[in-house]
Amino acid sequence: MGFTLSNQQQQLSKIATGNGHGENSPYFEGWKAFDSNPYHPTKNPHGVIQMGLAENQLSFDLIQEWVLNHPEASICTAEGAKEFKDIANFQDYHGLPEFRNAVANFMGNVRGNRVTFDPDRIVMSGGATGAHEMLAFCLADPGEAFLMPVPYYPAFDRDLRWRTGVQLLPVACESFNNFKITRAALEDAYEKAQKANIRVKGLLITNPSNPLGTVLDRETLKSLVTFINEKNIHLVCDEIYAATVFTQPSFISIAEILEEEEVECNRELIHIVYSLSKDMGFPGFRVGIVYSYNDAVVNCARKMSSFGLVSTQTQRLIASMLSDNEFVDRFIAESARRLKARHAKFTVGLEEEGTTCLKSSGGLFVWMDLHKHLKEPTFEAEMALWRIIIHEVKLNVSPGSSFHCPEPGWFRVCFANMDDQTMEVALERIRNFVLQDKEAAVVAMKKKKRCWQSSKNLSLSFNRRSRFDEVMMSPHSPIPQSPLVRAT
Amino acid sequence: MGSNSALLSKIATNDGHGENMAYFDGWKAYDRNPFHPTQNPDGVIQMGLAENQLSFDLIEQWIRKNPKASICTAEGVEEFKNVANFQDYHGFPDFRKAIANFMSKARGGRVTFDPDRVVMAGGATGANELVMFCLADPGDAFLVPSPYYPAFYRDLGWRTGVKIVPVDCDSSNNFQVTRAALEAAYEKARNNNINIKGLIITNPSNPLGTTLDRGTLTSLVKFINDKNIHLVSDEIYSGTVFSSPTFTSVSEVMQDVKNCNRDLIHIVYSLSKDMGVPGLRVGIVYSYNDAVVNCGRKMSSFGLVSSQSQHLLSAMLLDDEFVSNFLKTSSKRLARRHGVFTTGLKEVGIDCLKSNAGLYCWMDLRKLLKDQTFEAEMVLWRVIINEVKLNVSPGSSFRCVEPGWFRVCFANMDEHTVEVALKRIREFVGVQGNKKSNNADQVFVKSPNKKRSQNDLRLSFPATKRYEDVMSPHSPMPRSPLLRAN
Repeated sequence: MGFTLSNQQQQLSKIATGNGHGENSPYFEGWKAFDSNPYHPTKNPHGVIQMGLAENQLSFDLIQEWVLNHPEASICTAEGAKEFKDIANFQDYHGLPEFRNAVANFMGNVRGNRVTFDPDRIVMSGGATGAHEMLAFCLADPGEAFLMPVPYYPAFDRDLRWRTGVQLLPVACESFNNFKITRAALEDAYEKAQKANIRVKGLLITNPSNPLGTVLDRETLKSLVTFINEKNIHLVCDEIYAATVFTQPSFISIAEILEEEEVECNRELIHIVYSLSKDMGFPGFRVGIVYSYNDAVVNCARKMSSFGLVSTQTQRLIASMLSDNEFVDRFIAESARRLKARHAKFTVGLEEEGTTCLKSSGGLFVWMDLHKHLKEPTFEAEMALWRIIIHEVKLNVSPGSSFHCPEPGWFRVCFANMDDQTMEVALERIRNFVLQDKEAAVVAMKKKKRCWQSSKNLSLSFNRRSRFDEVMMSPHSPIPQSPLVRAT
Repeated sequence: MGSNSALLSKIATNDGHGENMAYFDGWKAYDRNPFHPTQNPDGVIQMGLAENQLSFDLIEQWIRKNPKASICTAEGVEEFKNVANFQDYHGFPDFRKAIANFMSKARGGRVTFDPDRVVMAGGATGANELVMFCLADPGDAFLVPSPYYPAFYRDLGWRTGVKIVPVDCDSSNNFQVTRAALEAAYEKARNNNINIKGLIITNPSNPLGTTLDRGTLTSLVKFINDKNIHLVSDEIYSGTVFSSPTFTSVSEVMQDVKNCNRDLIHIVYSLSKDMGVPGLRVGIVYSYNDAVVNCGRKMSSFGLVSSQSQHLLSAMLLDDEFVSNFLKTSSKRLARRHGVFTTGLKEVGIDCLKSNAGLYCWMDLRKLLKDQTFEAEMVLWRVIINEVKLNVSPGSSFRCVEPGWFRVCFANMDEHTVEVALKRIREFVGVQGNKKSNNADQVFVKSPNKKRSQNDLRLSFPATKRYEDVMSPHSPMPRSPLLRAN
């Protein structure tokens, strides 16, 4: 071609040649390991099990049943094909009225009908991915910032920043108080921004939380509202895991807080991001929703939604499905029940080997505490442990550092994207790993004592190593162990 | 709201969305009073929508015969879970293959497309924006031959900050874009310190309905190659070509240009026009540049095609027999409709630019203008909306530099409605003819019993009032003109 790489790069935009998409991060190693060796119960039982995908695959049977019983919901069935023309031809960015009505109805149902949503405030977007970017475009100029409590969903770095030029500033949260978002931490983050001359335009929270799986309590929510109101900045609440809450404490939406009498708030600062990807398990359908209490934002976002509307074929199906209240109630209840059961099985199984997870009441994952297995309390050690989990335990889990967690040793592990049998296999592998690690720690401790007691002649190092290898590769353990793993 | 507007971004508070233009009055007139053959026969006929509604029967027929293509039929529901759960931004391999196949067929099989270069986007709207994000920085510019699709203003520039530098074309040479015009525009831009990153062409053209001949296309490729700038070819009307000359895609001339740097060539495509399915939001970016494919794919996360629709279209567009028959039949029907319409216009002395593609014609009403100004064009246009009751699009909305041209869509209605529209035009021109012979100065009739407000079309309402408030009792919802690809 006659062009050097730098020439080619000059021809593209800065956005295209930068790393704002976030895909060059080391975390993709886990995905590559899975892609090159994916687990299959019969064809590849020693492959890598995917536990890095927050998908909800537990309740598709209910949906399939509904779909079969409602052929009129599709524009491709004998019953529905006569609607194909009108639906396929419809590109109004307001969306089908029945779609907006159904989504508003569903959002209300998910919140136990404690609040209602106005269909005219429902704006479509290309998944929650598109929703977040769209809001960032509406609310902030390049260089301005959103505050974000850590740990947070890694792709926020791309969704909110890549093409918008908006910045994300972390709000410190720590494990000693279960990663609670405190007023002090918010103020601290805000002031840091002021000092650095960065204009803060808003605060973004995910509730229920990804990766924690916890819900915000009423007091915290109120304090957030007070904070943003005082600072006159926006509050974006990503509630895409709302219907995955399976136990107490139950989910409280920001919409409910706004209805409380003693809460004083400029409603024009409040925006909700929603999607059907998690609650219903439909990430492929790209149903992203922006719900804003601010008329100008609704107006502007609606115009922007042209860049990522929901396919009318899908709008039609969803409209039909989600306006069936009887089905919706049944689905939400049963889905929650299955998530609860899966979560319980998983966490109980882990606890039997002394592995704890952050206590959570929702989400499609657990926030696993493996700090005991770190060689030292550093992120390098976390990465080393993570590589072992991927390559030797053969589970693709997500290290806490990828979520900007300030403390090393936490891992997000998804449990709802697999069947029962696969979950058993995964659990078994973790239990074995933990067990091996404990045994190795004990051995290492003993060995350490022996070393100190014996001669300091370093020529023994060879013998030491061979003894070490003998011990490590026990004929009983199915999983080889890296000598780097030590229980501290 | 006033003080709080400072809380929103500049993008949110500027006019980059392009919807505050005066010509939206036509849409409002239609929304308030939409034509219906029996319920409202005197209503406004929508001729501003470039939709292809002539061949849905073929699609419906195929769907009924192929229940497996749907995840909602008894035959197809077992795929529901896999499809609903699939969010990989590469898209289904079959979908990419189907699109590549369809694109090739629409070009008579003269060129093949690589499925691995097919990138999804949120309609052509999303595709055009995505390409800009990949190729240009805020403040950079693209050359765009005029007249051009109005929503380019929004799609190319609203959130990207990219500027449009028009390359003006006029009727002296049938609005053809020339190398000389491009060079002049390019030089002028450079002298004004504007960084031109590329040229975007729409071929077949919207609003002209013409296709670029091979020679011109080759010269455009030579031009961008010489200047080392990108060429984005928006080919979304490629399957609407209904008569000679045949369509030549940029993909066909690349090999004709010596040392052509393929990294500069990108195609934007969509199924909205060729298949008439704008609701399904199937936008495609096809780039010969690996880095753009790579980056574009990552960006496509912001506007992927619904997996439900990918699944349906994969099956449909891999059915070679269906595709060939559809393209052939659709083309025939468009030819016939175009013929009926342009002949009807000719009978009353109205010419259209000679065209061989698209879902509209470019109507020449210059001789009906009071004078050759855009003010006169707007006056004439308001008469056409309010008195002839046709929502057509004035040339100025396409940034045409010559007043008097109007784009009139003909493929979004049935035959009866076409007849009604032609009848109204005949009557209007007849009246004009009489008026002209009586009084050379008067160009239009102002009926005394029409209310003043009907002539006062500029609706301004406070920014706080939602657009929803402008609701017609007949239309189920308010519509913004830009929400349709024009």
